[in-house]
Amino acid sequence: MNAILKLVAQRIALGLLLLLAVSVLIFVGTQILPGDVAQSILGQSATPVALANLREELGLNDPAYVRYFNWLWGVLHGDLGTALSNGQEISKQVGLRLGNTLFLAFWAAVVAVPLAILLGLVAVRYRNRWPDKLISGITLASISLPEFFIGYVLIFYFGVKLRWFPSVATVYDSMSLLEKLNAIALPVAVLTLVVLAHMMRMTRAAILNVMQSAYIETAELKGLSAFNVIFRHAFPNAISPIVNVVMINLAYLVVGVVVVEVIFVYPGMGQYLVDHVAKRDVPVVQATGLIFAAVYVLLNLIADIVAIVSNPRLRHPK
Amino acid sequence: MSKELEYFSRKVARGLMDRRAFMGRAAALGVSAGMASGLLATAAQAAGMVKGGTLKSGMQGGESTQSLDPATWASDVPVSFGRTWAETLVEVGPTGDIEYRIAESVEASADAKTWSFKIRDDVEFHNGKTVTAEDVVATLQRHSDENSKSGALGIVQGIADMKADGKNVVLTLDSANADLPYLMADYHLMIQPNGGMDAPDAGIGTGPYRIVENQPGVRHAGERFENFWDAENRGHADSVEITVINDATARLAALQSGQVQMINRVEPKVVSLVKRIPGVTVQNVSGRGHYVFIMHVNTAPFDNNHLRLALKLAMNRQEMVDKILQGYGSVGNDFPINASYPLFPEGIEQREYDPDQAAFHYKKSGHSGSVLLRTSDVAFPGAVDAAQLYQQSAKAAGIDIEVKREPGDGYWSEVWNVQPFCTSYWSGRPVQDQMYSTAYLSTADWNDTKFFRPDFDKIILAARAELDEAKRRELYREAAIMVRDEGGLILPMFNDFIDAVSDKVGGWSSDPNGGMMNDKALIKAWVKA
Repeated sequence: MNAILKLVAQRIALGLLLLLAVSVLIFVGTQILPGDVAQSILGQSATPVALANLREELGLNDPAYVRYFNWLWGVLHGDLGTALSNGQEISKQVGLRLGNTLFLAFWAAVVAVPLAILLGLVAVRYRNRWPDKLISGITLASISLPEFFIGYVLIFYFGVKLRWFPSVATVYDSMSLLEKLNAIALPVAVLTLVVLAHMMRMTRAAILNVMQSAYIETAELKGLSAFNVIFRHAFPNAISPIVNVVMINLAYLVVGVVVVEVIFVYPGMGQYLVDHVAKRDVPVVQATGLIFAAVYVLLNLIADIVAIVSNPRLRHPK
Repeated sequence: MSKELEYFSRKVARGLMDRRAFMGRAAALGVSAGMASGLLATAAQAAGMVKGGTLKSGMQGGESTQSLDPATWASDVPVSFGRTWAETLVEVGPTGDIEYRIAESVEASADAKTWSFKIRDDVEFHNGKTVTAEDVVATLQRHSDENSKSGALGIVQGIADMKADGKNVVLTLDSANADLPYLMADYHLMIQPNGGMDAPDAGIGTGPYRIVENQPGVRHAGERFENFWDAENRGHADSVEITVINDATARLAALQSGQVQMINRVEPKVVSLVKRIPGVTVQNVSGRGHYVFIMHVNTAPFDNNHLRLALKLAMNRQEMVDKILQGYGSVGNDFPINASYPLFPEGIEQREYDPDQAAFHYKKSGHSGSVLLRTSDVAFPGAVDAAQLYQQSAKAAGIDIEVKREPGDGYWSEVWNVQPFCTSYWSGRPVQDQMYSTAYLSTADWNDTKFFRPDFDKIILAARAELDEAKRRELYREAAIMVRDEGGLILPMFNDFIDAVSDKVGGWSSDPNGGMMNDKALIKAWVKA
């Protein structure tokens, strides 16, 4: 057990270091982009005087490293600062958007993860027969189509023609949970179709790998049913690669869904980040970048821990 | 205006008289055709008006970086939402006339240097306070403060002195300006309590709706303000909503599925498909916005007028309108004014595509090698395609144009107004003076063709101070010809505003000042019962 604690501590320390490096990278990246905040905020119709006034007000005349360390100092004190573009408090805005993103990701995961694993198990049970081929065919087709295409097709049939679900998935506070779930039905369906194949194929491959082992043959010779062999004996030993893939896909559901957000007009983090990159609003880009990086680090940490816990050889190293 | 004519207009609206007969009567009474049709529109609007319901629009032009401070507004969503909760002193109506809002009348001194706006009685802010002349003065002061970053800074800069005098706001200008009321109609100059000095983004105004939800880049909503002063004519729905839908396909789907009742910025290439959708009407209106190719007249090789003429003659304008705008627009004539402006100078010869003449001037210019044209998708929709079409039509005149595609990010700071030849757009202004003073005077902040001509400046300033209409028209004619023949502007097309509206919306009337009824659809239209 101590080994695990030690590993977690190590990983967290490393993760923090990584986040620091990420923040430097993002800051440098936004500095390299052409144009500056004042120009981006005021747009084509900016007068030189207005530009100068705004630059002064935003503190853009300080050297870059001074601005970076000012920002870092604030973050270390739990203050993400205010957005340069509209003066709103970042932590409040990000909180709202992150909540929306996690809400969508959570429901997509609730549908997609069990479904993918179940389909993987079924595919193994009937490997190389028609259910396996059908499952593989459909999921591979859905991952091969770009997500905006699937989105538009679903909008056309279920939003416009049949009118079962709204085509605009904007959620807001005054909606009840049921209304919110109805609103996000289509984006959840798209995300499910996009992440399904990856997880399902990995489940199938990992279990098939284990199925070659001698103890599986023993289990079969004992007379266990085929599904029982797969679920009780093969699956637990294949869990570590599956969890890895699941985590990667969960991370994608949180940080990589900007296209789906745009198509369904969903107020998540992706759209928020893109808007602020366009305006060179560095504090907001920094904050969202850090959160995205933290999500990745955290999910990978979980994947590693699960891998260790599920493998006795790693749990009790000699 | 004659009572008789108003009576007839109501008859037409109720179908008791046909339009042609009405126009005949109007002519007989000596009323201009433009005014007569404006009257018709008003009457048609009043017929069948319904109160109640929720009016919902899905709009492009919203970002999470936007604020409620009117000084910062630059795109459709904040302006459309702004008009639901705040108002300006005056507005420019669909016919180009001044409509009085918070000001009930305006008077000018004979030299057009001192202007007095009388503030309407009993106009109430959403916080319960009554609008005073001091609030108006404070608003103008906030926008003209030298530390201001307001989009209206250039407009209010020419005001030397502003003071409140009882119910009047008296403005004294540096130099005469016959168009001052049009400047006060600028959407940045929304009247706020104490001018918004205390909290510029508080969102408190005098409009028909008070704000109930403000999520920039996502959704804005308002509910009826019971003490609105003009409830008879505006603010018909009980509540209004704007959902920000920046993706064109998603916008159309939202309209089709009935989640919103009107959308803006329908792409010209899908208009013919949208027309086939049952229950949806396409509303297009030719406005003053235009797409331009601009050359810096002070930079080689564009400092040679023969080369500029060659490049102007090498532009196939009709092809641009047909292929880039799909016919939803009109050809331009290399000066930034079209017939929707008051005092439009008639009878200036239309410049046509003429490869022979272009080749002639190109030869005279003595230029050799290619001409570098920079463009980007953000310059205007279809700008890259337009640049390539232009490259082809110029080739026929023996002019070699090299098209360079620039990244959209930073285009307005790194390319436009910096590089000597690029594509861009202008959204037009309510009056000619404002358009010329924004971009063609030597002193203009955005003189994007670097057109520094004292003789031109003199004409514009004279026209600005001139109160005699015939003389003004003549001055604007001279100005237009000067820009057309000597300026750095190639103006192939004026674009239409194209919106799509569900048949559940009543009271729609197009406004050449802008799309979505000049961003007033939410307050002027209603939901049919």
